[in-house]
Amino acid sequence: MRGALLELEGVERRFGGLKAVDGVTVSIARGEIIGLIGPNGAGKTTLINTITGVHPATAGRIVFEGRDITRLKPHVIAGLGLARTFQIVQPFPAMTVLENVTAGALFAGGAPTMKAAQEAAMERLEFTGLAAHASKPASTLTLAQRKRLELAKSLAMKPRLLMLDEVNAGLNSSEVDDALDIIRRIAASGVTILVVEHLMKVVLSVSQRIIVLHHGQLIAEGEPKAVLSSPAVIEAYLGSRYADRIAGGAG
Amino acid sequence: MTRNVITTWIAFAVGIALCAVLPIFGGNYTLRLATTVAMYAVLAQSWNFIGGLAAYPSFATAAFFGLGAYISAVLQTKGVPLYWTWVLGGLGAALFAAFLGGAILHLRGHYFAIASLVVAEVLRELINTTPDLTGGGMGLNVPALKMSVGEQAQFFYHAMLALFAISLATAIFVHRGKSGFALQCIKQNEDAASILGVNAYAYKSLAFVLSAVFVGAAGGMYATWTRYIDPTDVFDVLLSVKPLVMVLLGGVGTLLGPVVGAFILLALEEVVWRNFLTMHAAALGVIIVALVLYLPNGLMSLVREIARRRGRA
Repeated sequence: MRGALLELEGVERRFGGLKAVDGVTVSIARGEIIGLIGPNGAGKTTLINTITGVHPATAGRIVFEGRDITRLKPHVIAGLGLARTFQIVQPFPAMTVLENVTAGALFAGGAPTMKAAQEAAMERLEFTGLAAHASKPASTLTLAQRKRLELAKSLAMKPRLLMLDEVNAGLNSSEVDDALDIIRRIAASGVTILVVEHLMKVVLSVSQRIIVLHHGQLIAEGEPKAVLSSPAVIEAYLGSRYADRIAGGAG
Repeated sequence: MTRNVITTWIAFAVGIALCAVLPIFGGNYTLRLATTVAMYAVLAQSWNFIGGLAAYPSFATAAFFGLGAYISAVLQTKGVPLYWTWVLGGLGAALFAAFLGGAILHLRGHYFAIASLVVAEVLRELINTTPDLTGGGMGLNVPALKMSVGEQAQFFYHAMLALFAISLATAIFVHRGKSGFALQCIKQNEDAASILGVNAYAYKSLAFVLSAVFVGAAGGMYATWTRYIDPTDVFDVLLSVKPLVMVLLGGVGTLLGPVVGAFILLALEEVVWRNFLTMHAAALGVIIVALVLYLPNGLMSLVREIARRRGRA
């Protein structure tokens, strides 16, 4: 196994009495594409928020490239090379598409000047197929384009780890195929990717490994096909009676 | 881009130079009005950093103004050279803003507005309880300058104009630069900006300090100009409200909006005050409400709209 890029040790995030993330221990290797799945409310987005410092962990430790980032502020973590996209897209609506991406290149991507940041941003727009829309206000984009804008913004940050929070939610199937193609090309460029996804087709087609969250706890981890057929995962998604029936039928 | 920058600075230099020769044509009354416009423009330009660029509705302008006025006035009574008292008034207000920002800049929207509003009241009470140093509620007399009335009018006009020029130059740098871009990001979506690596706290603090430093210096000049200050005068809540109104009138987040707004507000104040002596505050209020309702992006947006239509025709 190649060296670990990100390590979580017993990470916990409480909101009052609720443990949204409950003792998650997992490690992500360099260059890996890892899928994060789980039923609604399992804590997937909270886990990303905890890693990026938006909702700091209430217990446990997060180590990125050997450095403890548990208590760092979001903008510092972003500068270290951890980028994420938002499930609910978060563009700067009144700015142009180019300006949106320029922000990522300037503030986290290490671009020395405004001009260099704009050039880097333009490259990302070409990569994601948004170059033709560069001078339009971000608010005029379609949902599929806004999802790609999220991708372009996070790529402009020159990430070492990219966390994609449901970049395919709400897209039709040809748009999903386009997005998958972009994800594969990002991975080919050497970026480690954590994919949070509801669409099993997406998870199965890109992930090398899958982790499953349920009630904030890690309930399964491993090779995609094996994980999806494990009783704990079936129970989490479909209930214990269904899981028993499958187990009974198989046995 | 570079050509654009050069054009901006040439326009800036010509504009300030033209303003500077006004005393040749104007009498003392004109100069007094012009000094007030320059002071208003400083207040509006300053508010635009935090309120216009970062969209944090600050009502702390009166606090910075009063603090600068008192720092400067007290130092003048102790015999510190005049210019230094103004500089220290500005720096004192800026330092105060840096600390205050640490306490209230994590609040957003109305909460930030209310927190910033009470600061002037706290400072006013503080002045009231320290009569030995500041004269307390009785106010403080500031040593008069050894100049004729005409010379003084010209002197304060040029001083205020110079302060305005510095504040405008700073605004040009900020609007054009990385910090202005960061503030725009914060204005539109602060959480998304942080995730993109923007140190929101640092840039907001910078904007807040910039919204205080020139206001503090203006307060110092005001103290010397009027030769007498008291807490109700320099911590007047209108000093917090007027900059906001001027920027709304001129154009939020623009370079020239605050200047345009300062002219309009003073013109309205003068005209309305002359014609509706007994109820000028009410009349002014109605006009401002109407302008804000029907021109929410300020007069600069109207100018741009007309230019756009001409361009099309």
